[in-house]
Amino acid sequence: MTIATEQSKANATLKAEQWMRMYRRMVMIREFEEQVNELYTRALMPGLAHLYVGEEAVAVGICEALRSTDYITSTHRGHGHCVAKGASPDRMFAELLGKEAGYCRGKGGSMHIADPATGNLGANAIVGGSAGIATGAALSSKRMGTGQVAVCFFGEGALGQGVLYEVMNLAALWKLPVIYVCENNLYTEYTHYSETTAGDVLARGTAFGVQAESVNGQDVRAVYATAQRLVDRARKGDGPAFLVCETYRYTGHHVGDINREYYRSKQEEQEWKTKRDPIKNFSEWLVEHKLSDEGKLKEIQEEVRAEMKAAVEFAIAAPYPTPDQVDQDVYA
Amino acid sequence: MPEVATRELTFAQAIREALAEEMRRDSRVCVFGEDVAEAGTPFKVLSGLVDEFGAERVMDTPISEAGFTGMGVGAAMTGLRPVVDIMFGDFLTLTMDQMVNQAAKVHYMSGGTWKVPMVLRTTLGATRRSAAQHSQSLHAWLSHVPGLKVVMPSTPYDAKGLLKTAIRDENPVVFFEDKMMYKQKGPVPEEDYTIPLGVADVKREGEDITIVATSSMVQVALGAAELLEKIGVSAEVIDPRTTWPLDEKTLIESAKRTSRAMVVDEGYGRYGVTGEIASVIAEGAFYNLEAPVKRMGAMHVPIPFSPPLEDVTVPTEQTLFEAARALCGKG
Ligand SMILES: Cc1ncc(C[n+]2csc(CCOP(=O)(O)OP(=O)(O)O)c2C)c(N)n1
Ligand SMILES: [Mg+2]
Repeated sequence: MTIATEQSKANATLKAEQWMRMYRRMVMIREFEEQVNELYTRALMPGLAHLYVGEEAVAVGICEALRSTDYITSTHRGHGHCVAKGASPDRMFAELLGKEAGYCRGKGGSMHIADPATGNLGANAIVGGSAGIATGAALSSKRMGTGQVAVCFFGEGALGQGVLYEVMNLAALWKLPVIYVCENNLYTEYTHYSETTAGDVLARGTAFGVQAESVNGQDVRAVYATAQRLVDRARKGDGPAFLVCETYRYTGHHVGDINREYYRSKQEEQEWKTKRDPIKNFSEWLVEHKLSDEGKLKEIQEEVRAEMKAAVEFAIAAPYPTPDQVDQDVYA
Repeated sequence: MPEVATRELTFAQAIREALAEEMRRDSRVCVFGEDVAEAGTPFKVLSGLVDEFGAERVMDTPISEAGFTGMGVGAAMTGLRPVVDIMFGDFLTLTMDQMVNQAAKVHYMSGGTWKVPMVLRTTLGATRRSAAQHSQSLHAWLSHVPGLKVVMPSTPYDAKGLLKTAIRDENPVVFFEDKMMYKQKGPVPEEDYTIPLGVADVKREGEDITIVATSSMVQVALGAAELLEKIGVSAEVIDPRTTWPLDEKTLIESAKRTSRAMVVDEGYGRYGVTGEIASVIAEGAFYNLEAPVKRMGAMHVPIPFSPPLEDVTVPTEQTLFEAARALCGKG
């Protein structure tokens, strides 16, 4: 009896730690993106970037269910996936600024961060471009018996790409440990997804016999619980899954997409931000369940903000690669 | 040239105007692609087109390049004249079966019975800090394939006249726009005009060296020509405007006259457009050449993101100037 209580107490503490880690990660993503926007507005970042603000619970909920050795593939809107999988912000910022200290030595930029140490096979700027890669990683895992699971993140825009269905069919045939995570943020660039997506989204998975589910992508606990179940299932050898996360991007398609009223209303944005904010809602839950308090959460926010500022400073001060590096790494 | 009323248009405006005029002229002409309607494409090239022609003729598609390009082929075979929009030239890779195995071959394989009067518009060009999957210039791939025509305008005037011809052509035509050029302005006549495919344009006359330049590289070549002028080298700059059909005669005649030739193009040099054009000139003007034909293209690397790296991957006024100077023995 006592042992059991102790164990459940220990479990509860573990769980509390886990919730706090998830909270911190979500705040990290949001603060990271704030800084990216700032870098863009101050004209310190070359090119553009696609922010993940509003979608934090998806990356964090999914990656919390993964081991560090599990694989992910990411998208043009990929900063959140990298942070959630454990990438360090200073090297990410360095990459965004094209610096040698960046994850890709400046060669990739915002849309191509890759990091073998955290199982990140790379972000992809081709919509649907990583569906094959993720499924191939799952094939390796199965053949080599490593127990790794691969998660393929993609926006609902990728539902338009045929390659996704080719690999889903294969993954189902070969029972591969891969989870296709569709982040349905309702828009593909400047077009509402209902204008480009016919029929039933989940049925695209079930048609192949792939376990297909949807989840409120603004609720990190729900995302985590679902992911955990699907990941366990895949790891056990029960095959692939297709998880649709209903979510929303708060800002433009990219940092330069400021005037958006021709494709979506300010009111719609406001509703998601005020009623369905994943961080706000999770904070309230944490306080309500006495897992934390306002002061503690605020403290975390400030810590994270300071960490991000330092990471940005590191990146700004870091040197560019020398031009002679341009033809290095074309071949292995 | 007779006096005609002209005004200054941007490259993007010239393209939009060509499309609008052709759509007014011919109800079979329609446009489809991603975010072409209300958004008017990310570069705002097609802004307003949907307002005039409606969503029936300016159609937003899902992100399904292979699918809607294939539909362009089928629709062209059966009575429409589609202008398919591929947002970035890099996404051509997704359309390759449709373009190479289908569009390019339908007419020939059917013994000349079916035809594919479609246009595929897309972009090329680096230096926008968009990294390796949004910066390529893949026009050589398409130029390689019998059955396709490939257009690469370098001014608003050429863009408008060539696009109108491309739309009226009975064959699949791939039309490459330099994305860095959309805001560049130039004179465009008020009145209707077209420019035939396969006719080069001398952008600058000169005596000592012929610089053949395409698309984004034409401005670079004109800049280099100014620098050459200062050291007493008179450069002729010729823009073939279409890589296929190719106006071999104009290129060869110029090289014969100047006795030296360079070819500059933003695609990769290896197995690329510069190699083809250089060999055309070498064969045609061999006995008049005083030096081997020199070529310059993108460095053989995926285009890197970091500015100091990206900047060395494409020819610039300065690097072109130096190469031309060396070729003229003035180095
Ligand atoms: C194959 C391909 N086609 C088009 C694009 C241009 N593009 C970049 S992002 C995007 C919209 C993607 O929407 P979605 O997949 O829903 O992701 P989100 O941006 O909403 O996260 C498009 C069309 C691309 N990168 N790749
Ligand atoms: Mg989307």
